[in-house]
Amino acid sequence: MSVKVSTTINGDAVDFVCQPDEPLLDVLRNRLGLTGAKEGCGTGDCGACSVILDGRLVCSCLVLGVEMEGKKLETVEGLADGPKLHPLQQQFIDGAALQCGICTPGFLIAAKALLDKNPDPSEEEIRFGLAGNLCRCTGYDKIVRAVQAAAKEMRGA
Amino acid sequence: MRYESPATTKDAVALLAKEKGQAFVLAGGTDLLVKMKAGMLEPDLVVDIKRIKGMKEIKKTASGFSIGAAVPCAALKENAALVKTWPGVVEGASLIGSKQVQGRCTMAGNLCNASPAADSVPGLVAAGAKVVIAGPRGTRKLAVEDVPAGVGRTVLKKGEFISAIELPKKPARSGDAYLRFIPRTEMDIAVVSAGVSLTLDAKGVITAARVALGAVAPTVLLVKEAAKAIIGSKLDDEAKARLTAAASAAARPIDDKRGTKEFRIDVAGVLARRAAELAYARAGGK
Amino acid sequence: MPLDTSLVRKQFKVIGTRVRRPDGIDKVTGRAKYGADAFAPGQLIGLVLRSPHAHARIKKIDISKAEKLQGVKAVITAADLPDLTGGDRGMRDILENCMARSKALYDGHAVAAVAAVDAHTAKQALKLIKIDYEVLPHVTDVDEALKPGAPLIHDDIFTDGIEPKPTKPSNFCKLAEYGHGDVEAGFKEADFVIEKSYKTEQTHQGYIEPHACLANVSPDGVAELWVTTQGPFVYRNHCAALLGLDANKLRVTASEIGGGFGGKTHVWAEPLALALSRKANRPVKLTMTRDEVFRATGPTSSASIDVKVGVKKDGTVTAAFAELRYQNGAFPFTWAEFGAMTAFACYDFKNVKTVSRDAVVNRPKCAAYRAPSAPIAAFAVESTMDMAAKAIGMDPIDFRIKNAAREGTKSSYGPVFGPIGIGPTLEAAKKHAHWNAPLGENQGRGMACGFWFNFGGQTCVDLNVTPDGSVTVALGTIDVGGSRASMALAVAEELGVAYEQVRCVVADTSSLGHNDMTDGSRGTFSSSMAAVDAARKAIHTMRERAAKIWEIPLDEVEWIDGQAKAVGEKHGNKAPLSIKEIAAQAANTGGPIAGHSEIVADGAGVSFATHICDAEVDPETGRTSIKRYTVIQDAGKAMHPSYVEGQYQGGAAQGIGWALNEEYIYGKDGRLQNAGFLDYRIPVCSDLPFIDTQILEIPNPNHPYGVRGVGETSIVPPLGAIGNAISNAAGVRLNHVPMSPPRVLKAIKDAR
Repeated sequence: MSVKVSTTINGDAVDFVCQPDEPLLDVLRNRLGLTGAKEGCGTGDCGACSVILDGRLVCSCLVLGVEMEGKKLETVEGLADGPKLHPLQQQFIDGAALQCGICTPGFLIAAKALLDKNPDPSEEEIRFGLAGNLCRCTGYDKIVRAVQAAAKEMRGA
Repeated sequence: MRYESPATTKDAVALLAKEKGQAFVLAGGTDLLVKMKAGMLEPDLVVDIKRIKGMKEIKKTASGFSIGAAVPCAALKENAALVKTWPGVVEGASLIGSKQVQGRCTMAGNLCNASPAADSVPGLVAAGAKVVIAGPRGTRKLAVEDVPAGVGRTVLKKGEFISAIELPKKPARSGDAYLRFIPRTEMDIAVVSAGVSLTLDAKGVITAARVALGAVAPTVLLVKEAAKAIIGSKLDDEAKARLTAAASAAARPIDDKRGTKEFRIDVAGVLARRAAELAYARAGGK
Repeated sequence: MPLDTSLVRKQFKVIGTRVRRPDGIDKVTGRAKYGADAFAPGQLIGLVLRSPHAHARIKKIDISKAEKLQGVKAVITAADLPDLTGGDRGMRDILENCMARSKALYDGHAVAAVAAVDAHTAKQALKLIKIDYEVLPHVTDVDEALKPGAPLIHDDIFTDGIEPKPTKPSNFCKLAEYGHGDVEAGFKEADFVIEKSYKTEQTHQGYIEPHACLANVSPDGVAELWVTTQGPFVYRNHCAALLGLDANKLRVTASEIGGGFGGKTHVWAEPLALALSRKANRPVKLTMTRDEVFRATGPTSSASIDVKVGVKKDGTVTAAFAELRYQNGAFPFTWAEFGAMTAFACYDFKNVKTVSRDAVVNRPKCAAYRAPSAPIAAFAVESTMDMAAKAIGMDPIDFRIKNAAREGTKSSYGPVFGPIGIGPTLEAAKKHAHWNAPLGENQGRGMACGFWFNFGGQTCVDLNVTPDGSVTVALGTIDVGGSRASMALAVAEELGVAYEQVRCVVADTSSLGHNDMTDGSRGTFSSSMAAVDAARKAIHTMRERAAKIWEIPLDEVEWIDGQAKAVGEKHGNKAPLSIKEIAAQAANTGGPIAGHSEIVADGAGVSFATHICDAEVDPETGRTSIKRYTVIQDAGKAMHPSYVEGQYQGGAAQGIGWALNEEYIYGKDGRLQNAGFLDYRIPVCSDLPFIDTQILEIPNPNHPYGVRGVGETSIVPPLGAIGNAISNAAGVRLNHVPMSPPRVLKAIKDAR
């Protein structure tokens, strides 16, 4: 039996109906048209579906949609401020930190969660902070550099 | 499947006790949802305990710490007093899955999933932690090592669930540590693991110790012989050799996709020794 | 006007600059649409039922209960996919791989599929399909499969390459030999002969995006397929042939692709989605789970190799021999033969011979994985070369420089090399700061070389000048890592306009002529060649238009810096005409301005790389960590250096994963035990250091800008480089990849 859920996504009040066993990722993608979060594995092993739930980085494939009642969610679709890209988004483009781009939304969200808590991370902290996100194209080199550049820019701003 | 998120422990117990089909407790869901996705489980009822008061709190109590069953592991690291007192316990909990998984997963869930490789369990066993179990007949307490009954099984009865984990007060000159072996640096399940907690006297002699091993038997092992091997020593080379041998001797692992039996036996000894060295230094030993 | 592909050595204006990619904003905002991001009104969800057995006869399939379930709109089995391949073995194998016919040939082989109104209903329907299997003996190891008496996968494989052709069927599908000289005589001349046998386990490309498609077939045979693919045209051709559709009526649109590395060069579930849609007369969306991707798409081979190298004290290799045995999965191919061709390609040996034995086993049909087969062969050869260098006390780089192939070398696989980069990458490695940096405790340094052929193939580009003078370019090679930016650079360079003035898109199969797959490192090489051709044709047209406007002969109009200029003294007063001005008058001078190119892009320059790696080995646990890594590779010409570096780094990272931890683990029951990212361990961010790159540019004489493919070679050296580093760090020679902690620790213990 479907359940009605009221929640906040990227600052907007959102109501949706879902099955009680339906993962949040499926709700976002199939019911709300928010396809920025990707399913790379569905088991919490790749991070492509990363979102920030009440301030904590989580895999949306490992959250039930029904748990969202009264919660606050941030997704990649809410990262830019109107036409102005978030520094992480701009640095990923400028630094060629994406190749195929399928993992990019998850990395941006994970990097944002990292920088929200630690504005000046070391290379090692970045690497471990992003270890839950798999990228198969880049070898992570340019991703780490883009996060370093964005962190620097954000500290300066 | 029905989803319920009761406001009280009593209601949660009642829901779980009453359900005729398959009922599961949902805290972090990082094991439950994976099993549902794989079709291994098809719950009739899921009881989300996160809206029960106190389930997401870490409390400092007269006897130590009480950690609510729904506290995500990421929150443990943010509690400075807990990190200072039981660094080994927090280390273990902070190694489960990824940052994303740590935002959801709980030590109680890790324990109830009853995997011999559970990262948070050896540290808890070494620390002498207990669980508070809520059930139809009230609450009871159990040592952490007594909760798993085998791979994927616990001693919890119908209607029961773990509501909190209690860590004791730490004696003076004590230290704990948890180490695991994985092939990568993150994201893997422990191939072997070791948790050590020990207490020193003023001269640096070990007066008490608990050594726990993970992923070398159907459940996490509390290895008394390994503790004995270092009690009375200053963790000198001979004591370390005894500890290594005792830990390896206690390991009775299997060959599987994550490692060989031979490898696990060897590395169990290595990790027990390395964790003891870390715990000894944390206790102020030199 | 045929394309002049000869290299023009010139100062580039935009080629070689690090411009922003045109799809960047879509990809950082979550708007880019990948395979699973499409939706069609009325769409159904398709799911596939897969064999739990490694090898089993399918005695009976009962779909009646599934068909009756409310919400189920179609159930298909092999009966819904009749064999229309007309004796084409390759196509028949593709068909049988998409859906098992009389036998299930591997764990994960599709046996039925359903389409239902939602995923929940489709899952229930799968459970209602009853299959009566007769489980057969299976074989998953290549050496076991080649033994007499091994379980027979197919009863109609008679080894190719043996004369006379065997009359008894076997799993040994092809024998091939390459080389020249007399290796037996060569070994007799050697001061030392090094012999070693190696094994490598099966790995998967591990792209993060699972296969996904949205199929829509109408009863009149008109069909659309939205799909994540490396080759929409090949998918169209194959799907149309397998389903009996007219190719012109099947319009395939490539989505953004979330990684492929060769794994998206084959159709897997797409024909099933189309067949379900045809049966249901509704759109069907079919997305694989990660478990399905591992079990039922196309990993690369596992292999078993013997290598023998004879060497003189002065470093001369007198002879080299290798026998390579690769499994191809359940269907025959020539993956071992690729290994045999690439094995010794880096070197100029007087006497060299390779023998390949390809076999079928009860595993998924192998597909290309980035320089397919080459990393496996290179691991065996580069390990043995290192042992040979040690035997004579020579520096491993000097030893390889002494034996390196060069321009004019007759390669071990036949052709004579043109200008190539193996020598220069080795010289650069020797001079690199990394090679001479100090090492810490338990650390060792290794190096290795790698080769890949590269490929060109059929390519087609359409260029259109819009009425406002900006330029659109339609490409037929999909963009897997920034190639739209590189193609826009090529067109901008040729036209003499700004990069921002050119917009590239990937066209669907109804909008452009046939293009081969984006594989063989061919995307940038071949499409830039066609793009240059198309731009030159557009320039010719624009010169004609300018001549018409000025009413002067065509040969008095030149194209300089993005403008038509009248040349000669009598036209000195004519102001140049820009593209914008010419485009504005197009309606009055002959209509729209375009350039088309349809070519076979021959002359892909071969590619070489040298890698240096520092590894630290924990002597108590056998755990290896990579401390420093350097890639040196010839790009011919790096059109967009950032994305060239990205290819180098990505290939190295995949090679590191393969070297250390990635492997398919089969149980005794022939079932895959680690079909997920938890236990199929690809490198995570904290596993790797920054990966340094050095791009060498030895121009490819067959490309107008000197471009060579760069996508694949970077995965070839890492296995050998890491094996050599481990040998230097821990004093043990690993001969089994992955060099995982249990294997390394065992080697260390055995050596004690």
